[in-house]
Amino acid sequence: MSNQQNLYEETIKGFWRENPVFVQMLGLCPALAVTNSAINGLAMGLASTFVLVGSSFLVSTFRNLIPKQVRITTFIIIIATFVTVADLSLQAFTPSLHKELGAFIALIVANCLILGRQEAFASKNRLPFAVGDAAGMAGGFTVALIMVGGIREILGSGSFFGVSLFGENFEPWVIMILPPGGFLTLGVLLIIFAAVKKRRDSRKLVQLES
Amino acid sequence: MSSEKSAGPIRLIITLGLAGLFSGLVLVSVFLATQPLIKRNQEEALEAAIYRVLPGAETRKIFVEEDGKLVETESADGAEAVYAGYDGSGKLVGYGIPSSGTGFQDTISLIYGYDPYEKKVIGMQVLESRETPGLGDKIIKDQDFLDDFSALEVEPEVEAVASGTKSEANEVDSISGATISSKAVVNIINDGNDKWRQLIDERTESEGQAE
Repeated sequence: MSNQQNLYEETIKGFWRENPVFVQMLGLCPALAVTNSAINGLAMGLASTFVLVGSSFLVSTFRNLIPKQVRITTFIIIIATFVTVADLSLQAFTPSLHKELGAFIALIVANCLILGRQEAFASKNRLPFAVGDAAGMAGGFTVALIMVGGIREILGSGSFFGVSLFGENFEPWVIMILPPGGFLTLGVLLIIFAAVKKRRDSRKLVQLES
Repeated sequence: MSSEKSAGPIRLIITLGLAGLFSGLVLVSVFLATQPLIKRNQEEALEAAIYRVLPGAETRKIFVEEDGKLVETESADGAEAVYAGYDGSGKLVGYGIPSSGTGFQDTISLIYGYDPYEKKVIGMQVLESRETPGLGDKIIKDQDFLDDFSALEVEPEVEAVASGTKSEANEVDSISGATISSKAVVNIINDGNDKWRQLIDERTESEGQAE
């Protein structure tokens, strides 16, 4: 990392250059498991955003007070606390969403994206950057989940965010909202992402050379 | 991260202790704050379901079992209960019977309406389930499936038959691709009937004589 950190850069990198799902391939479990509709993807993304930003905030604030030997334990305690808060709040305020996401809310604790950002970034950087990084990564994660969920919902249920798109005659590809559909969609998206990235990089290289 | 190479054990204990303490405080306060809401949500969901499985019902009374008889109570308070629904003129529409049992993946809990005069199931709604999305979870929303529960005879007992072969009034068309979940729903209703029907029928008869 350069000496002069750029808050904008640290925030925006999570959306494209270091997108947690498509580039770092972290947090794939929820990206596959709950994305059978766009709204589920969005809800999972927002719950993870809350946990990630909250945890990064605390970890960065107390980064000089946490001894190295117990840092992972402390991170997990912080993350688990935020996850339980999110779990209970969803259950209290949006019971129907909580019903859809079920056990996967609690499983945010085990999302390696979140622990990964604490270890790799929040515990080493000043507060604004840590929060920016967390917000960007969480944003990229949410966008990825909505993309996977949206594609699966359109093909598998013929609707998008619950709005029916194709009318009565559409025969949905049920497989898309079943687990294999998650793998298929994610795989195709990874190919597209990698291809676009490769093209961009090679174009950049050409510009540099000329 | 602390700059010094290694911290003493006391510091490690204090750090973890403090982290645990704050975490505990936060969790307890959030739990206390959300618990009434969560409970109310569950009650509301049950309440709404009662009126949905008893079409035409406008008021309801709670009954629990006591000494082999149904006794009216103000609040079930966690005990197993059935809910009698009455229409605008005070006439009994039927009983909402909550019941649960094993589904394809996890427990399915549902509530169904039972009309003791006609001896028919008149409505069914799933309250909680974790059936396979896209297949098993059709038991929640599939209209054709739900319609089969709007006038379903319970004698000798409800039966799930292969999709599209329903011919008797006590049969339910299974959802194709979700046979196990469909059968589970039917079994859960039969269980509920085993448990409550006699009580309800006895009460209905004695009420009929009193009038």
